[in-house]
Amino acid sequence: MGNVEQVVHSAGHHGPAKGLTRWLFTTNHKDIGTLYLLFSLTMFFVGGCMALTIRAELFQPGLQLIRPEFFNQMTTSHGLIMVFGAVMPAFVGLANWLIPIMIGAPDMALPRMNNWSFWILPFAFAMMLSTLLMEGGGPNFGWTFYAPLSTTYAPPSVTFFIFAVHMMGISSIMGAINVIATILNMRTPGMKLMDMPLFVWTWLITAFLLIAVMPVLAGVVTMMLMDIHFGTSFFDAAGGGDPVLFQHVFWFFGHPEVYIMILPAFGVVSEIIPTFARKRLFGYTSMVYATASIALLSFIVWAHHMFAVGMPLAGELFFMYTTMLIAVPTGVKIFNWVATMFRGSMTFETPMLFALAFVVLFTIGGFSGLMLSIAPADFQYHDTYFVVAHFHYVLVPGSVFSIMAAAYYWLPKWTGNMYNETMGKLHFWLSFIGVNVTFFPMHFLGLAGMPRRIPDYALQFADFNMVATLGAFLFGLSQLLFVYNVVCCIRSGKKASNEVWEGSHGLEWTLSSPPPYHSFIEPPIFSHPYKDGHRGE
Amino acid sequence: MSHQTYYVPAQSRWPIFASIALFLMAYGAGALMNALSAKSDTALGLSLLIGGLLCMGLIMTGWFSHVIDESRRGLYSVQMDRSFRWGMSWFIFSEIMFFAAFFGALFYVRNLSVPWLGGEGEKGVANMLWQGFEASWPLMKTPDMAAYPGPSGVIDPLHLPLINTLLLLSSSVTVTLAHYRLKQNRRPQVVLWLALTIVLGSVFIVFQTMEYAEAYQTLGLTLQAGIYGATFFILTGFHGVHVTLGTLMLMVILLRVIRGHFSPDNHFGFEAVTWYWHFVDVVWLGLFLFVYLM
Repeated sequence: MGNVEQVVHSAGHHGPAKGLTRWLFTTNHKDIGTLYLLFSLTMFFVGGCMALTIRAELFQPGLQLIRPEFFNQMTTSHGLIMVFGAVMPAFVGLANWLIPIMIGAPDMALPRMNNWSFWILPFAFAMMLSTLLMEGGGPNFGWTFYAPLSTTYAPPSVTFFIFAVHMMGISSIMGAINVIATILNMRTPGMKLMDMPLFVWTWLITAFLLIAVMPVLAGVVTMMLMDIHFGTSFFDAAGGGDPVLFQHVFWFFGHPEVYIMILPAFGVVSEIIPTFARKRLFGYTSMVYATASIALLSFIVWAHHMFAVGMPLAGELFFMYTTMLIAVPTGVKIFNWVATMFRGSMTFETPMLFALAFVVLFTIGGFSGLMLSIAPADFQYHDTYFVVAHFHYVLVPGSVFSIMAAAYYWLPKWTGNMYNETMGKLHFWLSFIGVNVTFFPMHFLGLAGMPRRIPDYALQFADFNMVATLGAFLFGLSQLLFVYNVVCCIRSGKKASNEVWEGSHGLEWTLSSPPPYHSFIEPPIFSHPYKDGHRGE
Repeated sequence: MSHQTYYVPAQSRWPIFASIALFLMAYGAGALMNALSAKSDTALGLSLLIGGLLCMGLIMTGWFSHVIDESRRGLYSVQMDRSFRWGMSWFIFSEIMFFAAFFGALFYVRNLSVPWLGGEGEKGVANMLWQGFEASWPLMKTPDMAAYPGPSGVIDPLHLPLINTLLLLSSSVTVTLAHYRLKQNRRPQVVLWLALTIVLGSVFIVFQTMEYAEAYQTLGLTLQAGIYGATFFILTGFHGVHVTLGTLMLMVILLRVIRGHFSPDNHFGFEAVTWYWHFVDVVWLGLFLFVYLM
């Protein structure tokens, strides 16, 4: 085994290998980034099919297509796959592709570990998806896997779910360590922390969150495992434990986790808006501090997911106020994006359209979050479709739109070819309409009292559910356009220049399109993109 | 900042093999546990788990040898050294957070949920579910003594745990002395202090095993003994696993010292293991204080 790796002294002496082994054994940040992105896209469609199964069942009241047990497995798997399989790997893929070329590094700091971080994922998800075929069915307790649903009343396949989560955790922690080591250690001489592109900043903070909370997730699933197989009573009051303990530990992970899925999105949007507004980003420093504040606050708000579970009044108040506090740094960010566009020479290419939709629709999701943060009001909203509407607004037109925006924005850099702009715009408008038709009615459903995670519902909810299902199929099918556009772009298309976009700024645009296999063998000369005079104000 | 060419390794087979081994371990462990709980045939799970562990052991040996080889051939720059340092520091931080989850669980049950279950405090209404249950810590009488028979006693902190505390604290001193001697390039003394550290760590593990035997055999303090047993064993158990791992790492380092791998100014492998050892030591202090003493 040992002789297969030839040791090459200098970074420049080996190009991509041929065939499948290139992808299996690669240590190259671009190859690994591509793998992450393709994996994420695959999982996006797997999770999407599950979402469409759910929506198809909910098209009309009554049970038509699937059994309630299977419906529960679909909601659970859909959530887990979208969170851990689609959104997180997509951002890690972007980090892999972009961070080295944004900071002038030859590669990630620990390239072999980088490969390992990725290749754990297909195995972890193979294991997780295989639970659907096991006796007793797959996980059916919701993506938050609350005890005792996930312990006392869980199907036997929960054991494999737990180990799959462990594997994902290992992958995420190693990926995050790599990102931090790269950012702190591999910047080109002269690039200070406060010179870094915002995408790099948001990822630095995200990586910190990942290392801080993925082990807590590992801890909570380990306690589940002990309760299920070794007779402990962490989550069983009969032995002096407490099911609410599960929720506390889970959400101590879970709340930072939702920021793990949105902070890199903030970074992407902060790169795209200045480019197409042809202005420098308004309030760079405040953006960095706002991101850091959001990350720190994320550690002291977790129990706002548990207002209805029974907490001392002081707890309800504490978590209500800290949660509301998050609106302040988030408001700073929204303000800065809008201020960046103010009096800019704006054009509306596809990445910009997605970024703009992000700003507007994420804000809607933020406001419904603010509504949910009010503890007494949350007693009413808790576990209704209002919550579903809220988190889908921050995750789909939030995280997913930012990933789409990033894909269109950097595809010409990655492939060397321009994508088809008309098709891109069509994809945007269909997605934009689809997303809103799907998720906006869910606000009304929730406020009217429709509970989440049910396969059947009362008749008065029928109309909005039908609308939401139509929107979901529109959104789902229009993603095929995206795949087609990406495939076309990889294979052919108008050649992209190095700068690609008129207003682009940053080191990645000084490289050729596509960039050389090893990005910066020699550290590039760094001059601040916002301070070099000929761009921005 | 110095900027030699940063070493980017060529393609490597280790990661994909490690992924396969990890999958075998995870799948094997899952199948084994399910078979044990269902009282069915454990052969498949057990063989996959052992096979996976063996593969992982071989892969880790190979992968680390490869890295050591590259390092000894002078392929790594000062900048690479910093990458390793950041990597190890953040890895230890992730381990701290892993233990934090269990400490958090301990504090929550001790200070909040067990008193509530006993009828005290703002959520004392929980007592209505288990009337007659009285809160105490250590929790000797669980709400449902048939399902979770509470322990008849707990470990006396001033015997084995106190000795173990002294053992680990002195092992932290000996490993630091070994490091000082390494910096002075006095290899025989490095070997001596390192060997002593390994002995101290091993004795700790033996004592911990004896303590577990006592807990199970005479005190009725088991995993099934309610929340006290659960928190006790998960905290001390994971700590014990970490001490074992740390001792193995120290053994590898000792072997490398004997082979002359380290120089006074280039020995990050050595330092990383000492960092890890100190971390294990500090976690123990937390355990001694919050699990045994208080």
